[in-house]
Amino acid sequence: MKLQQSTLLGLYAVLELAGSGGEQRSAAEIAEKYSVSINHLSKVLRILVRAGLLQAVRGAGGGYRFSGNAKRATLMDVVELFEPVAIEGFEDRATPHPTDVENGLAVALVEISEMMRATLRSITIATMLKLMERERR
Amino acid sequence: MDIHAHPDTSSLDIRRARLSDLPGIRTFDERSNKDDNPHYWQEMFERYGDDLEKQLFLVCEQGSEIVGFIIGEIRDWEFGSPPCGWIFALGVRPDMRLAGVATRLYAAMCEFFLKAGVGKLRTMLARGDIDSHSFFRSQGMMAGPYIQLEKDL
Repeated sequence: MKLQQSTLLGLYAVLELAGSGGEQRSAAEIAEKYSVSINHLSKVLRILVRAGLLQAVRGAGGGYRFSGNAKRATLMDVVELFEPVAIEGFEDRATPHPTDVENGLAVALVEISEMMRATLRSITIATMLKLMERERR
Repeated sequence: MDIHAHPDTSSLDIRRARLSDLPGIRTFDERSNKDDNPHYWQEMFERYGDDLEKQLFLVCEQGSEIVGFIIGEIRDWEFGSPPCGWIFALGVRPDMRLAGVATRLYAAMCEFFLKAGVGKLRTMLARGDIDSHSFFRSQGMMAGPYIQLEKDL
């Protein structure tokens, strides 16, 4: 599974802002730090604002700040804004007469998808911040 | 549950479980409500409630009320692994969640394992038990080298 670029930008933005100690950051600052397109990042930031994870601060020196609950919001809350968390093309596949091969593969791939979902749902933003702190040392 | 509520966390005491704590635990432990085994907690107390070298059953008490529990034990060479500490039961009364009860019980259990010379901690969770899964990850636990498999017979 490869995360889409929008998902990665969403994760960068949420974790950057959640770890900033309440300070706001502009889209340009985040884009520069992670070497990503500011246009693409701006679209992602709007989605995160609509989801309640970020707050847009207007005016001179405006930007974005984290507005979610870091102990409750999880990686899943960010990822599923941008893409389905599943082995694409299988869970939603509904063929009228699935073959033995398709049925067998579906069982294996559903297991993988469920593991992915359980992991993403269990890692909160607060846990990620601790993990980042641990890696920094 | 109102996640913005802040339960009273003053005067939380962690201590070994007593037989008289079991009714309090049953009031909020989900296993008790399934009623598969009405003697579950009695048996747990008999196995883990004494002052044992490798087993520990702790409760968190506030005033005279039990607001959380944790049970763990040291298992030697299971799956060929050097002795490690297992936490296999943890519960917090719903109105006391997000108040640090589980964190204090977990810390006390880790201290017990460390004093016994054990440097590895493990647990196993239902995939859908997101609250427990999130809690253990918040304490720094991550997926280990084993995968649990099962089959209907």
